[in-house]
Amino acid sequence: MTVTDDNTNAVPTPDNNLNDNKPVGYGRMLRKEDPRFVRGLGQYCDDVELPGMLHLAILRSPMAHARIVNIDKSAAEAHPKVKAVITGADLAEQGLAWMPTLSNDVQAVLATDKVRFQHQEVAFVVAEDRYSARDALELIDVEYEYIKPVVDVRKAMDPESAIIRDDLEGKEDNYCFKWETGDKEATEAVFANADVTVKEEVVYPRVHPAPMETCGCVADVDRVSGKLTLWSTTQAPHAHRTVYALVSGLPEHKIRVIAPDIGGGFGNKVPIYPGYVCAIVASLVIGKPVKWMEDRTENLVSTGFARDYVMQGEIAATKDGKIQAIRTHVLADHGAFNGTAAPLKYPAGFFGVFTGSYDIDAAYCDMDAVYTNKAPGGVAYACSFRITEAVYLVERIVDCLAYELDMDPAELRLKNFIQPEQFPYESKTGWVYDSGDYEPAMRKAMDMIGYDDLRAEQAEKRAKGELMGIGISFFTEAVGAGPRKDMDILGLGMADGCELRIHPTGKAVVRLSVKTQGQGHETTFAQIIAEELGIAPDDIDVVHGDTDNTPFGLGTYGSRSTPVSGAAAALVARKIREKAHIISSGMLEASVADIEWVKGSFQVKGDPEKSVTIQDVAMRAHGAGDLPQGIEGGLDASVCYNPDNLTYPFGAYICVVDVDPGTAEVKVRRFVAVDDCGTQINPMIIEGQVHGGLTDGVGMALMEMISFDEEGNCLNSTLMDYLIPTAMEVPDWETGHTVTPSPHHPIGAKGIGESATVGSPPAVVNAVVDALKPYGIRHADMPLTPSRVWEAMQGNHTPPI
Amino acid sequence: MQVTMTINGEEVSREVEPRTLLVHFLRDHVGLTGTHWGCDTSNCGTCVVWIDEEPVKSCTHLAAMAGGHAVRTVEGLEVDGELDPVQEGFIQCHGLQCGFCTPGMMMTARALLDRNPDPDEATIREAISGQICRCTGYSTIIRSIQWAASKERETAVELAGASNEGASA
Repeated sequence: MTVTDDNTNAVPTPDNNLNDNKPVGYGRMLRKEDPRFVRGLGQYCDDVELPGMLHLAILRSPMAHARIVNIDKSAAEAHPKVKAVITGADLAEQGLAWMPTLSNDVQAVLATDKVRFQHQEVAFVVAEDRYSARDALELIDVEYEYIKPVVDVRKAMDPESAIIRDDLEGKEDNYCFKWETGDKEATEAVFANADVTVKEEVVYPRVHPAPMETCGCVADVDRVSGKLTLWSTTQAPHAHRTVYALVSGLPEHKIRVIAPDIGGGFGNKVPIYPGYVCAIVASLVIGKPVKWMEDRTENLVSTGFARDYVMQGEIAATKDGKIQAIRTHVLADHGAFNGTAAPLKYPAGFFGVFTGSYDIDAAYCDMDAVYTNKAPGGVAYACSFRITEAVYLVERIVDCLAYELDMDPAELRLKNFIQPEQFPYESKTGWVYDSGDYEPAMRKAMDMIGYDDLRAEQAEKRAKGELMGIGISFFTEAVGAGPRKDMDILGLGMADGCELRIHPTGKAVVRLSVKTQGQGHETTFAQIIAEELGIAPDDIDVVHGDTDNTPFGLGTYGSRSTPVSGAAAALVARKIREKAHIISSGMLEASVADIEWVKGSFQVKGDPEKSVTIQDVAMRAHGAGDLPQGIEGGLDASVCYNPDNLTYPFGAYICVVDVDPGTAEVKVRRFVAVDDCGTQINPMIIEGQVHGGLTDGVGMALMEMISFDEEGNCLNSTLMDYLIPTAMEVPDWETGHTVTPSPHHPIGAKGIGESATVGSPPAVVNAVVDALKPYGIRHADMPLTPSRVWEAMQGNHTPPI
Repeated sequence: MQVTMTINGEEVSREVEPRTLLVHFLRDHVGLTGTHWGCDTSNCGTCVVWIDEEPVKSCTHLAAMAGGHAVRTVEGLEVDGELDPVQEGFIQCHGLQCGFCTPGMMMTARALLDRNPDPDEATIREAISGQICRCTGYSTIIRSIQWAASKERETAVELAGASNEGASA
């Protein structure tokens, strides 16, 4: 059942008591992590300072594709403050020149044979301080032999294109992989008989998550024990530990990965980067702690990018607007190495949800993924494993259909939604949507923004030659990877552990396998435990980001923390509660069946005077008195949660833009986002997650893009040319929600971390295209910068590749 | 070269290379890691500190240029165990998530409120427009600054009331 309520936009002031909720469970609660951050006392990777610590800097290739002929490092080695200069050849001697990626490809740690993208890692220097390390890079002389780079993804498979991955035995083309889903014949049959078919090429350009903190680490190998401690900007400390063990040959119990405070991740901190491996090698070789921190350019040009899909979208419908089938061919640019992090069976991530929120008869997708001479990556920027691309495709072509049918895009969507009674709904590409109730969310967004009035205003403005656009996007995500029978990364099942200890005085410590990068886990996970056990969140310590002190699990990305780890937290608390229930029966001298749980205490049914609190039970569990037969002392538990299914959050987004007819500048006037992530744990944090994602969406739709010239030079290598929205480019966000719990999740919660990043780009683009309707424009590709919008208005719009 | 400045009211002196950036001076030489570094090009503003009450981007400011001046960093916002209303506002209004841009944002906010105790939304947006936050989408940062402004105005009224009472008594 869907519950709606309208209080999400309440703003706290010193005069109201919005923040005094102090919930023992779910509700608005201020964050436990904030007191350290507002004092400047967060501890991020670059804040780690160890005695005798050295600094590492990486020499990168100036060319996108070239054979390495010679490297002369003698001048760098002679620098008085330099401790070591290491090249790919040096690493190759140790068998460390290549490492596995999280998608079963390999990537060069340092180039040995040739460089395959501009700014690829070629050598590193370790020196006494940051500045000397960078100085010494200038002293390394590398001789390159030019090879024509493959830059245009459309030409990657041309026979005359150079073979990029000649390191792979027998590789004679630039194919990365081919993939398909859905029913090709059934889809063809529907298209052949449809009243209306619409085809549009939709490009989702390469973008970059660019978290405010770049990537880096401090590696410290203990000379005596041989144990490596690695402070690292990682969203997945446990998965990284296992990969380091596999790469380096260090036994896994001799590796401790600590993810300290992380200054934003957005998927950028999921992959393992060469710099981490270099720092580990350096510390092993030199016997001192070694710090590596990227600069901003290194972050933008070499670490995990996002998107880069060229999608041929096709949609078939009846003439009155019933959508029957969706078909797409995708050309995916994976860069020089397949550096995505996707479950093994899902090389295209969860792109298969491109059928969107609509009940259709058939669907089919085939994908060609190719190598090019560009930086590796692919799954990043809050993309929910490629759902961002899928949602953009379907929401864009649905608008193209509305254009062709001359139908209102809201009406078209309302006419095609999967209906509430159809859930659980199996899509034509095999995804089982757990729960949904789409129309109330859509109606609510339309009410909040005043849809009919806006259309009336638009008509008036058009009559005066003004350009105003209203864009709608309705998305369904599949998040919380995932069921281990289907999903693993490098053979590691995507389950997550959780451990909970209740101390004798009734305080608690909970240990998570996931790692916050700003999402507020220290608060929400305390709230989950509080809801289950009646212990106040302030009395619960949340430990995370340290592999020696937390249970194994695959980490935080793909909006998986609440769907997977959140479930583990609820279940481990319930396990404790069951044991506490039995202990309480001894304390209350009543049978277990006669005792009921009333949040925070066990009461004898019908006699509320006879009760014990969870704190009383904790003391008894650790105390000297007798416990019921067969019950061990202590009050600890652990679980490993293997989800039955993904969770399917959804939302309705409406964006209003004004386009200046003289300059083609787009101004986002309003944006309403109605999200449904099932049960809400902390509405304040949910609102924050949504706001951030909406801003990403405006960035991608209007400003952000990583582009290359014909020689493979990256053209957006600083924040002067990779444009990220500031407070001037975004409106005051308006949010609302509905609540449709997940039926299989223990607390009914779904993921929310990426919903807005997924859902907002099509809303913004649809609004701009709608504004340009008087020009006869049906589609224009991101980023809709003034120059690109201007070109569209002149009839010269070109794809951004 | 020897560089001497006042940081958060205390005199600090260090021998550094002339090219040392102020952000590295604060972080690596003085150990004040609350000021962050994010871009090198003056675009992101995570490194904003004050020099003589003027917010500057310390990644494009040499430490030597701050010699002889008074520098204030995020560590200097809390006075005698009392959080600045700006810090309190950021907590109350969820003005931060990962916390990385927060010190710079708060230094700019403090400078704004010192000049304009009642800024409207557009003024606040402009004031923080040289800084980037990837997490919050800015609305809650604006609410945080408004919260602080409101709190300070109330405190000012209370103080005025108290001093009036004192005068009449």
